[in-house]
Amino acid sequence: MTQEHLKGITRRALLSRSMATWALAVSGAGFIAAPDAAWALEVAVITPEQMATLMQMARDIYPHDKVADQYYAIAVKGYDSADSKDMVAAGIDELNAAAVAQGHASYLAIGWEKDRVKVLQAIETGVFFQTVRAGLVTGLYNQKEIWPIFGYEGESFSQGGYINRGFDDINWL
Amino acid sequence: MVAKFDLNDDSVVVIIGTGAGGGVLANELAQKGVKVVALEAGGRYLPEDYLNDEWASFGQLAWTDTRTTSGDWRVAKDFSGLPTWIVKAVGGTTTHWAGASIRFQDHEWKALTNYGKVDGANLLDWPIDGAEMAPWYDKAEEKLGVTRTGNRPGLPGSNNYKVFEKGAKSLGYTQVHTGRMAIQSSDDTGNRVACQQTGFCFQGCKWGAKWSAAYTDIPEGEATGNLEVRERSHVAKILHDETGKVTAVEYFDKDGKLQTQKARIICVAGNTIESPRLLLNSASEMFPNGLANSSDQVGRNYMRHVTGSVYGVFDKPVRMWRGTTMAGIVQDEAHHAPERGFVGGYELETLSLGLPFMAAFLDPGAWGREFTSGLDSYENMAGLWIVGEDLPQADNRVTLSKDAKDQFGLPAPNVNYSDHPNDIAMRNHAYARGVAMYEAVGATRAFPTPPYPSTHNLGTNRMSEDPKLGVVNKWGQTHDIANLFISDGSQFTTGAAENPTLTIVALAIRQADHIASEMAAGTI
Repeated sequence: MTQEHLKGITRRALLSRSMATWALAVSGAGFIAAPDAAWALEVAVITPEQMATLMQMARDIYPHDKVADQYYAIAVKGYDSADSKDMVAAGIDELNAAAVAQGHASYLAIGWEKDRVKVLQAIETGVFFQTVRAGLVTGLYNQKEIWPIFGYEGESFSQGGYINRGFDDINWL
Repeated sequence: MVAKFDLNDDSVVVIIGTGAGGGVLANELAQKGVKVVALEAGGRYLPEDYLNDEWASFGQLAWTDTRTTSGDWRVAKDFSGLPTWIVKAVGGTTTHWAGASIRFQDHEWKALTNYGKVDGANLLDWPIDGAEMAPWYDKAEEKLGVTRTGNRPGLPGSNNYKVFEKGAKSLGYTQVHTGRMAIQSSDDTGNRVACQQTGFCFQGCKWGAKWSAAYTDIPEGEATGNLEVRERSHVAKILHDETGKVTAVEYFDKDGKLQTQKARIICVAGNTIESPRLLLNSASEMFPNGLANSSDQVGRNYMRHVTGSVYGVFDKPVRMWRGTTMAGIVQDEAHHAPERGFVGGYELETLSLGLPFMAAFLDPGAWGREFTSGLDSYENMAGLWIVGEDLPQADNRVTLSKDAKDQFGLPAPNVNYSDHPNDIAMRNHAYARGVAMYEAVGATRAFPTPPYPSTHNLGTNRMSEDPKLGVVNKWGQTHDIANLFISDGSQFTTGAAENPTLTIVALAIRQADHIASEMAAGTI
């Protein structure tokens, strides 16, 4: 894939996500980075575009508008490995073929979430989709860093439980 | 002084499994002076080891040996290799249980008589009843320190309970309280620490406030000098002599070496999947269909309760994860009232999951915004769990897989389960009542979640008066082999609507009394 092509996809992706505070960019040099350079993810085995596709898939499968891209990146970065490389390539080919069949250039090139969801629905019974989805259940929701976004407090034993910290503090009933 | 018995000592009672059945039986026998070797497949974990992190704890404690599933239950689709959520550790699933300790209702001991014959169900009366069990329940409640029994006060209500209680009372329910829980509720009504409302009851209580055999009965038994617990010892086969009496067990020790322990009596308490599996895997020339299986009932009548959850979402925070997980119950639907469209009844109990398990169990396999918008409201959720009587069916059963093997090369169990129409009618009724409870207190959304992998596993070596209809007699002694006993929930004839641990413990105390007196009399 040429640098030119990557940039084109990235530009479209950026346009499609203009409502977001910031969006990720495929740098073309083995990196995916936030436009504000708040974080970057280096890929070693799979391509930056494949990683960007996995991240978009992750957000479309479990969309939480309050959860930033970096957590979706962490959730799928395990696929950047020699073991997963072929599965990822074949799966993304399947995904893009489904996008083309629905009249799009590729999955990442689709501007609207509802159109991407239709493409995902076309492959949702397949092994690739199911592997990515199942992996996200732990890969995304078991990141302690996202728990506060949902209000979840995790363990409380180290603070003596909630006996004096609000186990019965509901005040609106 | 912890005992150590010789492999060739054929005077010992060998107990397989150390949970609510085996762990209690081991201690009770040891207290009476009986020498016991308890073989436990898992390792030993104590409160300081427990992890208040759902997935990490699951990795530490859960029984995840190879298993397969079949049947129309949704667990077979969502969790095909994980039919159960039980524990492999000293103390068994008493580490994971939430502590709900309620007695069977009198009519539930005689399900066939009281419900009548139900098409497709294999109902049977227990050969014992509520009057017979009352004194054993008294002892079990004392042992476990059950709240709202004796002088023990109830636990205080958490946020999740307060929502649950108000919803229940709005619907006119009256039997609503914080449960009969094997969790210490005050500093001066027991030997354990009082509950600190920490949550994570399912992951092992780090305070030791909840009763678990791991840190009560097991060390108490060991202190007598009559009990040796061999951990990481996985029993492969029970051996017998030419008269048909069982004589020894073969097990893989902690190093994976096959050992043989001789025995005078063998008690099987490996949970409702492993217990029949072991009897089936012990088939011999004399017993080609497996041990104690002349009735062909070994492995059949697998029950797992009618379960499911309901979560209500509110416009303000609930923070259901704070505090005791299951200290809340509605018992108004637990009676038998066939005009509701099903036989038997169900309990509603408070329940909460952390965010990671909520994501895994809310609607397994689902994705997209309908799913995630539910999780977005996690902080504002209240939750409850349904526990109802499911009906025994002959083909709901544990069998040996033809292909799948465990880590020792032994045939793995397959768990086949399909809902009976009665189970579905009950679940739908309970879902609707749960949703109504939350809507009565202003839920902006309420939804049912499907059953999780089973923690209540019952019935696969059932108790019967008639040896042709079940595997064990009223003492848990197998009809076919006098010195072979079943000591766990697999001896349940029917499941009743109640969480089973209290009844398993009561039966184990009673069985210990029986075995000790029969040994003294020289009859076994």
